[in-house]
Amino acid sequence: MRERKMGLATRDAYGKTLVELGRKNRDIFVMDADLAKSTKTDFFAKEFPDRFINVGIAEANLVGIAAGLAACGKIPFISSFACFLICKGYEQFRMSVAFSELNVKVVVSHGGISVGEDGASQQSTEDFALMLSLPKFVVMNPSDEVSARALVEQAAKYQGPVFMRTGRPKYPVIYHEGTQFEIGKGMLLREGADLTIVATGILVFEALMASDILAERGISASVIDIHTLKPIDRELLRQQAEKTGAMVCCEEHSIYGGLGSVVASVMAEECPVPIAYVAVQDTFAESGRPDELIQKYGLTAANIVQTAEKVLSRKHK
Amino acid sequence: MQALQTEELCRIANEMRKDIIRMLAEAASGHPGGSLSVTDILAALYFKTARHDPNNPNWPDRDRIILSKGHAAPALYSALARSGYFPVDQLMTLRKLNSPLQGHPDRRRLAGIEISTGSLGQGLSVGIGMALARRLDQKNYWTYVITSDGEMNEGQTWEAASFASFHKMDHLIAIMDYNKFQLDGAVKEVLDMEPMVDKWKSFGWYTFEIDGHNMEGIVKTIELAKTIKNAPVMIIAHTIKGKGVSFMEGNNHFHGVAPTKEEAERALKELDSHKF
Repeated sequence: MRERKMGLATRDAYGKTLVELGRKNRDIFVMDADLAKSTKTDFFAKEFPDRFINVGIAEANLVGIAAGLAACGKIPFISSFACFLICKGYEQFRMSVAFSELNVKVVVSHGGISVGEDGASQQSTEDFALMLSLPKFVVMNPSDEVSARALVEQAAKYQGPVFMRTGRPKYPVIYHEGTQFEIGKGMLLREGADLTIVATGILVFEALMASDILAERGISASVIDIHTLKPIDRELLRQQAEKTGAMVCCEEHSIYGGLGSVVASVMAEECPVPIAYVAVQDTFAESGRPDELIQKYGLTAANIVQTAEKVLSRKHK
Repeated sequence: MQALQTEELCRIANEMRKDIIRMLAEAASGHPGGSLSVTDILAALYFKTARHDPNNPNWPDRDRIILSKGHAAPALYSALARSGYFPVDQLMTLRKLNSPLQGHPDRRRLAGIEISTGSLGQGLSVGIGMALARRLDQKNYWTYVITSDGEMNEGQTWEAASFASFHKMDHLIAIMDYNKFQLDGAVKEVLDMEPMVDKWKSFGWYTFEIDGHNMEGIVKTIELAKTIKNAPVMIIAHTIKGKGVSFMEGNNHFHGVAPTKEEAERALKELDSHKF
């Protein structure tokens, strides 16, 4: 069995990288809405108090100020919990950031249901759906500490609005230090012949574990880490779909409007194959330990294996 | 910017009002009432008090003017055209396919637009961001946010109001086009925001209350506002919706209904008869 070696939570990786970026680039300005201790922007605040503002619990204003700063050449990084910043700031993202095509970086923590004990009001299973539908926004979801650090750096370099989700719990380590990442380029972690498991975020490790279990059963699976949901890597998806003929999409997000929906629409055009989904169903989750929630809401390696076997039976019909 | 006298500014404002009527009649849609009420304020900014360069719209030291009440776009377009950002003839393309003069301001399509607006209540926050960038870069420009009474209904306005005074944001001047009407009717019937002056004062803003059609008063107040240190300024400008055209004044039918050709002719005749 694959060893579950734990790394940093992606929110910690974000907080640390932001400090490094701040040392190199004077234009980086960070803002938070009274959750800096949780989103980890407090690391930046400590080192660069002159380039940090806590706006208070006022997400709409936070987004608007970021737009104004970006219009004057600053690179604002703004953070809060996924559910609060995206839902309360959504109209401002639409109007003042996306429609105005401004260089604002939105990095949220507490994505998904692995937030845990705080319960459904603090969890986020709709952030991808909302941000994917805003024109020009890049949408990213790193799967471990190494990818989170690299993608935060990429976000700072990229000219245009970026959304990135980070998570609260520690994430298992997937990548070696120094692995190169590029916005919009999926990572083919394992190449198989029978099906392709397409995963994002914390589900990438589950996908790798699932592929181990499937291998023991004589099924060889490709595993792709989609760290960028938009623009999505159509070429890699098409290539693996053509090769394996079936897909399972895995995400810590509602089954509506996230990775699964994007992959399905791409595949319908590029290479129609049977697809099945591991995602949060049409429901809110609840309080509990992250591992208990992942299990109860069907997001484990075992769920992926089960779903893979179902999709394979459709493939062979 | 220019050493124009009050009479000349009033004459320009009257030309802007004629542009607004012509543009809206040609487009056969749009918002005459709130465009005509804000015209004198925009004339005072673009032709007198604000520093800007139509030949260099991205000049880093320019004053930033945000039309938070984006539906008054025709007044803004007229100010931009008449100050030299684009030919006045182009005003007649308002709201037409492929025109840079979108129904509401779109910064991607037209030089001189600082931020896209049209969803109410967002301009003040954006203005704070611009004023904050000024402070960080130690520049000397002012950020002007043209807002409306209807926008006072929006919660974001008050998030922004709290922030700006707490952070002692100067070089930030908001001007409220208080024309007393919003789409569905009189502000005092839809959601009365009085006492307006007390609200802004209590939020820590240095507050002026003026006649938004008295050109000399507008100019003098803006100049005075620029001397205020360590606090944001709100200029509450009492205006008349539809100002300048008697049958549109205070007639909320013209909030979002363009004049017919016949109404436009009557309006232009009346505006032409004004003496300065």
